[in-house]
Amino acid sequence: MKYQVVIGLEVHTQLTTNTKIFCGCSTKFGSEPNSQTCPVCLGFPGALPVLNRQVVEYAIRAGLATNCSITQRNVFARKNYFYPDLPKGYQISQFDLPICQHGHLDIEVEGETKRIGITRIHMEEDAGKLVHADIQGVGDDSCVDLNRACTPLLEIVSEPDMRSPDEAIAYLKKLHQIVMYLGICDGNLEEGSFRCDANVSLMPVGSTVFGTRAELKNINSFKFIKQAIEYEIERQAEILDDGGKVIQETRLFDPNTGTTRSMRGKEEAHDYRYFPDPDLVPVLIPDQWIEDVRSELPELPEAKRARYVAELGLPEYDAEVLVSSRELAQYYEETVALFPQAKIVSNWVMGEVARALNEDNNRSITDCPVTPALLADLLKLMEKGTISGKIAKTVFDEMYKTGKAPEKIVEEKGLVQVSDTGAIEAMVDEVLNANPGQVEQYRGGKETVFGFFVGQVMRASKGKANPAVVNELLLKKLKA
Amino acid sequence: MEIFDLTIHELHEKLKAKEVSSVEATRAMLDRIEAVDGQVNAYITVTPEQALVEAEAADRRIAAGDIAPLTGIPMGLKDIFITKGIRTTCGSRILENFVPPYDGTAVAKLKEQGAVIVGKLNQDEFAMGSSNESSYFGPVKNPWNLECTPGGSSGGSAAAIAARTATATLGTDTGGSIRQPASHCSCVGVKPTYGRVSRYGVIAYASSLDQVGPLTRDVTDAALLLGAVAGYDPKDSTSVNTPVPDYLAGLKSGVKGLKIGLPKQYFIEGLDPDVKRAMDEAIALYKSLGAELREVSLPHTEYAVATYYLIATAEASSNLARYDGVRFGHRAEEVRGLKEMFAKTRAEGFGSEVKRRIMLGTYALSSGYYDAYYVKAQKVRTLIMQDFLNAFNEVDVLLTPIAPTPPFKIGEKLADPLQMYLSDIFTIPVNLAGTCGISIPAGFSAAGLPIGLQLIGKPFGEATILSTAYAFEQETQWHLKKAPL
Repeated sequence: MKYQVVIGLEVHTQLTTNTKIFCGCSTKFGSEPNSQTCPVCLGFPGALPVLNRQVVEYAIRAGLATNCSITQRNVFARKNYFYPDLPKGYQISQFDLPICQHGHLDIEVEGETKRIGITRIHMEEDAGKLVHADIQGVGDDSCVDLNRACTPLLEIVSEPDMRSPDEAIAYLKKLHQIVMYLGICDGNLEEGSFRCDANVSLMPVGSTVFGTRAELKNINSFKFIKQAIEYEIERQAEILDDGGKVIQETRLFDPNTGTTRSMRGKEEAHDYRYFPDPDLVPVLIPDQWIEDVRSELPELPEAKRARYVAELGLPEYDAEVLVSSRELAQYYEETVALFPQAKIVSNWVMGEVARALNEDNNRSITDCPVTPALLADLLKLMEKGTISGKIAKTVFDEMYKTGKAPEKIVEEKGLVQVSDTGAIEAMVDEVLNANPGQVEQYRGGKETVFGFFVGQVMRASKGKANPAVVNELLLKKLKA
Repeated sequence: MEIFDLTIHELHEKLKAKEVSSVEATRAMLDRIEAVDGQVNAYITVTPEQALVEAEAADRRIAAGDIAPLTGIPMGLKDIFITKGIRTTCGSRILENFVPPYDGTAVAKLKEQGAVIVGKLNQDEFAMGSSNESSYFGPVKNPWNLECTPGGSSGGSAAAIAARTATATLGTDTGGSIRQPASHCSCVGVKPTYGRVSRYGVIAYASSLDQVGPLTRDVTDAALLLGAVAGYDPKDSTSVNTPVPDYLAGLKSGVKGLKIGLPKQYFIEGLDPDVKRAMDEAIALYKSLGAELREVSLPHTEYAVATYYLIATAEASSNLARYDGVRFGHRAEEVRGLKEMFAKTRAEGFGSEVKRRIMLGTYALSSGYYDAYYVKAQKVRTLIMQDFLNAFNEVDVLLTPIAPTPPFKIGEKLADPLQMYLSDIFTIPVNLAGTCGISIPAGFSAAGLPIGLQLIGKPFGEATILSTAYAFEQETQWHLKKAPL
């Protein structure tokens, strides 16, 4: 490839406030069309916006977590354009004084760490939705649903610092993880809570002058983002190879074909006529507010991962998996707090717990019927030798199904491990007597037969025999 | 003296003494509207059924001994006020059939007191005009001379006071839209400090300049009605959280020792001689009452009109974008596609003055012109504000004419928008500075047309301009004169 791709990303995250950014309507997703509206978000004459303070707080969180400086005098601006899903004929956004500026995130691609600049983060309101459909009683027409209008968004704009689709994905995943950790966005790509536009251009390898970019829109999964950028690289490379020029334009990604098509060109670009919104007063953010937010920030994934490795002694891989979501990390930490053997807990969380949730229709960790307290109880039973590791897995499955305490299950099903030497000795004798051929083989030097005897004894004990005692007695008898 | 001639405070006494009921007062007002409004055209919508229901409720309240200053008083509202269940047109075809689903804050406050709304008053379309000629519902005639305009944009609100078809009214003032028609119709009109009265539920023209205020027969009523609607409103981020003084209690504080400034830029060559004479008489009167008068300077006055027509139109071009035919109001029929729906709806729905201002404002905000026009205008606005603050370091109140001339004839200035814009030169700076002003009757021209006097106060200095106006009113008879109708 003789071209270097240059990628910058604009991410719109919908904030998880209960009410909209400029009115008291609910932000709940998926309600009856236009049921969550009022004169303010419908843009009725005479209605006025009032800022939801929570939005500012969430924006400060995002800014601090991405190493931005926080603008202390914030001004909202009107972005003017006509569209049926935009009730007022303008969007209230921020223009020359965004709330966060000059930040960065460090990403890792193929073992290398790279710093991606964040130009700005600003607060704005979302638009509604147009539904183009044959709706009963309406006919083949376009309908406007304004439930989403006026819901709060943060637009997070990166520098054009990414040089491959993989870097773009790594940046997005990192950003996604952070907004979820901060509790400011539900991260749902399909419902549009985390939307991405990509600016993609090519320049000759070695050049420092960026080529003309295309802006890609309508990409709602990580997979599609990669596809869209890859397609765009191919498309632009072909144009340049043929001696043509890339046109600056907005292109729409089509997930069905994996291609992009032109939506509007530069000549059709809007003049948004931004100006300060006279209905809103400047939002002043004193130092104290910033410090308060900073002190309440959760531990972010990067710091958490480092701590798991340094303090808990977990392998890098375990740490990476466990911090992938804030909820999973919390589950892990709560369990470790009750059963302080980091690696054993890690094995169980990444193993049995993850498997059970996965098989249960990808159930969320927060809904796991085996709570951290119950899991810790189970691990304690195992540690005390009351049950074996093998039995513990059976008990876990039962706990997952019934939500019962492990002691109760062990008791009900009579699963207590047998460590009584006399009882086990009787079983060992029985097995050895019943299999004289194998005993002969073992004594003749074929020590691999040992596993067979262990298995037979465990079976005779219905899995309850303490494996250590079984081993010891078998060895003693066979070597005798 | 007929019931419809009474002031709020006079009618209140009679209601309280049960000499008259609210239903009687309301009927008298509705009959008066029926009798004379055909000549004046002050009302766009009259609401007799609702008014009588409200009057009955007011009478029950009064019978129960629960009477507030506005209980049972028949009032009119400029049609810019959003009223739940009552058509609200803003003087425009685009809202010809718009019935809002909610009440604005000022209206809700009137209703809480039990005021009776008899109808919605004519105005310039979207409050854009100084003569009430841009209304889709036809011009309002000045009750003092039916060939003249009542001023604008709250022309209906002022004319209804002069025609005695409402006891009191509410208007809005963006560049003089309360004070100038009050002056032209010989009534009292107050433009409060920006942020004093909530704008929630008031259809926006220019958001950083619009302010709600009373139009009344005398200063006492103005104090009373302003007190009723003023105050912080969490629904309007630009309303200011500062206590509302008891304006009535302060009315009689007098002007002895009060420093009154005369801005030299407002007493210019070309001021109509009748207006000049009225100002001279007012100055002499205040001197005789013990006030100290002195000349002050507001050096940036000459830039006020240009500044206003950039800022107001820029904001208006954006504020009026919501009239797109999608959710409410007029929608053009037989259109192909979205763009045509927007364009045709707006082409049909807006009148020519509104279109002119939308275009001016769009231009001022356009990329490449924004800094030269909008940003520069904001800088000049700051200088104008500073002019006033400097003057108020020297004096307590400013005294100026409201308009350079008495009311002009209908049609006289229509062909020359610039001439029309310049007629607001003495009122516009007050809006740009965000401070308060009052217009009070101060005489008549040789032709018998009203002339108003403006008193401008410090930000949130409404109590001072009201008491200064009250002192003048006590010594003059102008406010008692009735229009020949």
